[in-house]
Amino acid sequence: MSQSRRIAIAAAIIVTLQIVLALAAPLIAPYDPLAQDIVARLKGPSLAHWLGTDHLGRDILARILYGYRTALIACGIAVGIALIVGGGLGLLAAFYRGWCERIVMRMMDILFAFPVMLLAIGIIAMLGPRTESAAIAIAVVYVPIFARLIRGPALVLVESDFVAGIRSIGASDLRIMLRHILPNLASVILVQTSLLLSAAILVEASLSFLGLGTQPPTPSLGLMLAEGRNFVLLSPWNAIFAGLGILFLSLGFNLLGDALRDELDPRLRGRS
Amino acid sequence: MLRHLFQRCLDLAIVLFGISVIVFMMIRLIPGDAVAIMLGANTEVTPERVAAMRSELGLDRPLLEQYLSWLGRALHGDFGTSIWTGRPVLQEVTAQIWPTLQLTVLALVIGAGLAVPLGCLMAHWRGGRADLVLRIGAIAGLTIPSFWLGIVMLITVASLAPSFASLGYVPFSEDPLGNLQRLLLPAIALALPILANLSRLVRTAMLDALSQDYIRTARAKGLSETAVLYRHALRNALIPFVTSVGIMTGYLLGGAIVVEQVFSIPGLGRLILGAIAERNYPLVQATILIVTVGFVLVNALVDLAYALIDPRLRTA
Repeated sequence: MSQSRRIAIAAAIIVTLQIVLALAAPLIAPYDPLAQDIVARLKGPSLAHWLGTDHLGRDILARILYGYRTALIACGIAVGIALIVGGGLGLLAAFYRGWCERIVMRMMDILFAFPVMLLAIGIIAMLGPRTESAAIAIAVVYVPIFARLIRGPALVLVESDFVAGIRSIGASDLRIMLRHILPNLASVILVQTSLLLSAAILVEASLSFLGLGTQPPTPSLGLMLAEGRNFVLLSPWNAIFAGLGILFLSLGFNLLGDALRDELDPRLRGRS
Repeated sequence: MLRHLFQRCLDLAIVLFGISVIVFMMIRLIPGDAVAIMLGANTEVTPERVAAMRSELGLDRPLLEQYLSWLGRALHGDFGTSIWTGRPVLQEVTAQIWPTLQLTVLALVIGAGLAVPLGCLMAHWRGGRADLVLRIGAIAGLTIPSFWLGIVMLITVASLAPSFASLGYVPFSEDPLGNLQRLLLPAIALALPILANLSRLVRTAMLDALSQDYIRTARAKGLSETAVLYRHALRNALIPFVTSVGIMTGYLLGGAIVVEQVFSIPGLGRLILGAIAERNYPLVQATILIVTVGFVLVNALVDLAYALIDPRLRTA
């Protein structure tokens, strides 16, 4: 088995495991993530609390499991919206060319010109700090990225002989786009979705850390880090474990995307 | 070349126009009555107060007129006065932009500076065990939240060398050493992800360059391996590197806003978060506009300088 395939399998296992943990959080979490126990606050890891407790005596492990849930749902929805809107725009631009392409890609250039966090913060300033606002902000920020990513390879396909052939037998535009071009973009989409999910998890955590995303007392990894920071010299565990949680979640998707790219792109095979 | 230059300027003008429209619309797209929300955050909302503020902000005039007068004033550096402090918005932004800019530049120097040698080493050791370790390390570096890394470094330094772990900010002009001492940790935390990103990019670009025909020619004519690597391969590999550095700067600016919070540095992060908490929308608007336009202009200049350097682009 090649090295990249081994990394791909390992990454797929990490990602699946984390998704299962997030989904099963209500079943497997050792405590209620909101239950406070003031007597047992700011404790280090022990048998009762595997990862310790935070400043209100809440179980850190339970909060991380629920935090995974919050992060995965928010980022999954955000990247999904960005993929549909941005990918759709990129596909339309590549298919119709001309004015459609020029207008769409200009709009994407403009959105892309903003520093990511700044645009996200601006959107949240408008919508108010909430998990939903953070998800919308991430979606808007990623729309131009998907549009650019899809347009390039879609252009090649639109110009290709096989699309000309399908066109000549009278297939409708929509059918060509959805049935013939889109499936050929599956590997690009898969790789980029995984990589952007990895980045989105970091953006969501940053926004929550700044107090602009998920609001207390809902468990969120970025928020836990922010709360942990205030007590870091008394008990660093909340901050340390919440950060590790963000790291592993983001790392899993990044490794997966990277390994998928090596596996799916025949040009890279054997090169690295 | 002139045509190319003209096209670039036109593109730039369109992007800047688009940015101004988006930033202008922000305050108008707030769900509900923005003025009532702004007032409600600080005082009692009465119809008179709402009407007074609305006319003060010009929100009672037609949209196009509002945009033109807003843009006209912005071009003269007049972003209005901060609703709550009464100071000019531009003054508030410039007062707090320096720590953020300094942090960004320092992180860029550390990250980009180390990325080149590291990427070359990775390309040199390609396929070997060291390459694998560095590649996995680079992916991990890419996904380490820099604000978390900042906290961890702060804990470590605080327990090992408590005197070094100082928070806050002093201007470089007042205390150069204290300034660097306070900014070093946050800059390292901020630099790691871009170091990871850029070193991977240099590695790929080096591998790409090394497989080109001109490298074979250079070797065939008997150049030393060092000359092949540095004079021929690296110089070409740096082209995608320079382009990415521009994009990284935008990422760093955003990251700096977050890392600042960890190290209690009074920069743009504190300004914009404070403005959001007070519903001081004009201040949020001005900050985003100024920083984004500055970022776009710097990138355009880098692009231009780069077109002048690269002979292939010069003739294009």
